[in-house]
Amino acid sequence: MNRLVETFKKLKSYNKTAFIAYVAAGDPDMRTSEYIVRALSKSGVDIIELGIPFSDPMADGPTIQRAAQRALESGATVKKIMGMAKRLREEMSTPFVYMTYYNIVLNYGIKNFIADSLKNGVDGLIVPDAPMEEAGELVEAARNTDFSVILLAAPTTSVERYRKIASLSRGFVYYVSLTGVTGARKAVQSEVKKKVSGFKKCSKLPVCVGFGVSTSEQAKTIAKYSDGVIVGSAIVNIIAANLKNKKRMIAEISKFVEGMANAVHGG
Amino acid sequence: MRKTRKHTGETLSGGVPDERGYFGAFGGRFVPETLMPALDELKKAYKSIASSPAFKKEFDYYLREYAGRPTPLYFAKELTVKLGGAKIYLKREDLLHTGAHKINNTIGQVLLALRMGKKRIIAETGAGQHGVATATVAALMGLECEVYMGTEDIERQSLNVFRMKLLGAKVNPVKSGSCTLKDATNEAIRDWVTNVKNTHYIIGSVIGPHPYPMMVRDFQSVIGVESRKEILKKEKRLPDYLVACVGGGSNSMGLFYPFFKDKTVKMFGVEAAGLGLGTGHHSASIEKGRTGVLHGTKTLLLEDGDGQIKLAHSVSAGLDYPGTGPEHAYYKTIRRAQYVSITDDEAIEGVNLLSRSEGIIPALESAHAIAYLRKLVKKTRKSDIIIVCLSGRGDKDLNIIREYHKDAR
Repeated sequence: MNRLVETFKKLKSYNKTAFIAYVAAGDPDMRTSEYIVRALSKSGVDIIELGIPFSDPMADGPTIQRAAQRALESGATVKKIMGMAKRLREEMSTPFVYMTYYNIVLNYGIKNFIADSLKNGVDGLIVPDAPMEEAGELVEAARNTDFSVILLAAPTTSVERYRKIASLSRGFVYYVSLTGVTGARKAVQSEVKKKVSGFKKCSKLPVCVGFGVSTSEQAKTIAKYSDGVIVGSAIVNIIAANLKNKKRMIAEISKFVEGMANAVHGG
Repeated sequence: MRKTRKHTGETLSGGVPDERGYFGAFGGRFVPETLMPALDELKKAYKSIASSPAFKKEFDYYLREYAGRPTPLYFAKELTVKLGGAKIYLKREDLLHTGAHKINNTIGQVLLALRMGKKRIIAETGAGQHGVATATVAALMGLECEVYMGTEDIERQSLNVFRMKLLGAKVNPVKSGSCTLKDATNEAIRDWVTNVKNTHYIIGSVIGPHPYPMMVRDFQSVIGVESRKEILKKEKRLPDYLVACVGGGSNSMGLFYPFFKDKTVKMFGVEAAGLGLGTGHHSASIEKGRTGVLHGTKTLLLEDGDGQIKLAHSVSAGLDYPGTGPEHAYYKTIRRAQYVSITDDEAIEGVNLLSRSEGIIPALESAHAIAYLRKLVKKTRKSDIIIVCLSGRGDKDLNIIREYHKDAR
C-alpha cells in the first residue's frame, strides 16, 4: 500500500490538510541532513520531500541553489541519499518523496531509479523539469508499481491541461503557486485559491501548494482550500543561517516546523 | 540542378524535429510547467508568423540593410596555396554588423517578439557576442533588454560588457555555480519563468527547449542557403566539404542544414578539445559526452557519473559550453556529419594561419574550424572544394590571444 495514498486518506478522515516539508538531502552534509529529516518527522511533518541536488537547478531560487551546492560540495551522491532514505525508513513511516531534475534520474536509469527508490522506502518522485509531455517514460516505468510520479501544475496551466496532468499524476499534484522559481515570497492568495479550487473540481487527486510559502499565516490560509502545504526555502534558510551551530540548526528547524504544522493542521 | 531553398523551409532535413520537438532521440521540452504554455505560444507564433510573406520581407530587409547580408563567399587563394590541397572558400559571417553570425538569429527573434507583443527581451551570453547582438537589435527596435552573464565571463570580456551597456542593455552578473555561460543560461531561464507574460527569451544557439533549436537553426540557415547559391554560381557545383566550429552549434547548423539532402557534401563539425581530450579540460560534448538533459533539451553532455554537469573548457568562450544542440547529436547518430576536435594551441595556430595568409583575424571559435583545415586538406584533391564558416571576427579575442602569445614565450 502506498504510504502517500494512506497519508492523504488518514488526514482526510480527520479533516486535516497535509504539511509537506522539503530539504535538500545532504545539506549541509549527509550526517546532519539525516538528523534534520528526523527532526522534521518528529515535528509534525506529514510528507518529507528529499531533494537530490543537481548542479544546474533551473527551477530553484538562490536559497535552494545554495543548498544543492552545499550538499554537492560535501559529497552528496544519489547512492548515499538512497542509503540515507533506507536508514530513515527503518525508523519512521512518514512518506518520502524525491525531488530532483530529469538528468539525475536519466543518468541513474529510469527503471533502476524507481526500483532502488522503492527498495529504500521512497514513495514518489517530483521532477520540476519534466512537464507532462516529457514525463511519459517516468509514468510508464512506475506503472504497476507502488511508486508515485507526481506532476506539477502552475498558474499558467489551463483547466484542460490540468485534466491531463491529473490523469497522469499519482499521489498528488504539486501546484506551483506563483510564476517563478522556488523561494520565500508572497503569492496573491485570491488567485491561488481560485486556481486550486478550479483544479480540484476536475479530479479527485489531492492538490498541494508550494513555492513561496514561508509564514504560518500563509500556510493557514492555503490549508483551508488545498490538500497540502509545501514549505522548502524557509526551512533551508534556517539551515543556511546556522551552519556553524548544528544543534541550534536542528532546534530552530523543529520550532519553525512545529509552528507551521500547527498552522496547517489547524491545531 | 535543384532550386535554391528559402531559409524557413520546413522539410529540408527529413522532417526533424517532430511535433514534440525531437530530432530522433534528442530534443524535447524539459522545462518547468510554468513555461509550457509560453513554449506552445512561441511554437504557434513561429509557425504562423515566420512563414508569412510580410515577416520574411522584413527579416530579409534587416538582414540586408542593417546586418549586411549577403556575406561574401570568399575564395581564400593564399590559404589554399599555403595548405596545398582543396580549394578553400570562406563564408564571411565575420563581416556582419556586430562581428559575428549571432545577429542573424537575434534579428529574427526580435521581429518575432515584437509581433507577439512582448515588450521585454532577455538573453544569456558567454563571450558576449550573443549579448551584444541582442542588445543591438533591442536598441534598434526600442525594446527593454537584460542580459545574463557569468561573473567569470564579465571579467574576461569586459569590453563586450561595456558595449552592451552602451547599447542601453542591463547586464546582470550571475554568481551561481561556475559563474559562466551554463549558469547564465540557468539564470535567464529563471527570469523567464518569473516574467513569462511580458518577456521573450532570445536563446543564442541551437539549444534549449523546442522550438528554439529549430527556430535558431532556421534563422541561421541563411548562412548555408547563401553559400549553396554562391558556390553553384562560382563553381557550378556543390562543395565536397563543409567545415564549421561547434559549441552549442548555431553557425555550423546554419551552414549544414541547407545541404542536408546533398549526400555528396561531407560535413565536419569542429569541437573544442581545450587542453586535450584526455585531460578532462575540454568542451567536446559530442565526441566525449553522454545523453543527458540540460537547459530544456535532451542532448549530448559532459557529465560525471552521478549526472552532475561538468565544467567545460576552451580558450574560446563561445565554445565553452558542456552541451551541444540536439540536432548535432542527431547528425552524429545518423552519421550525417562527422565531429572532430581542435585544441586551444591548435586554435591559436589557426588564428596565426589565417591572419598571415589572408589578412583576416578570425574569432577564436572560428579559428577551430580554420585549424582543422590543416588536417582535412591532407585527405583532399586539388579539385575538391571546401566551404568554411568564418563565424566571427577576432577583435573580441585580441587580449586573450596576446596573453597566449606571452605565455608561449
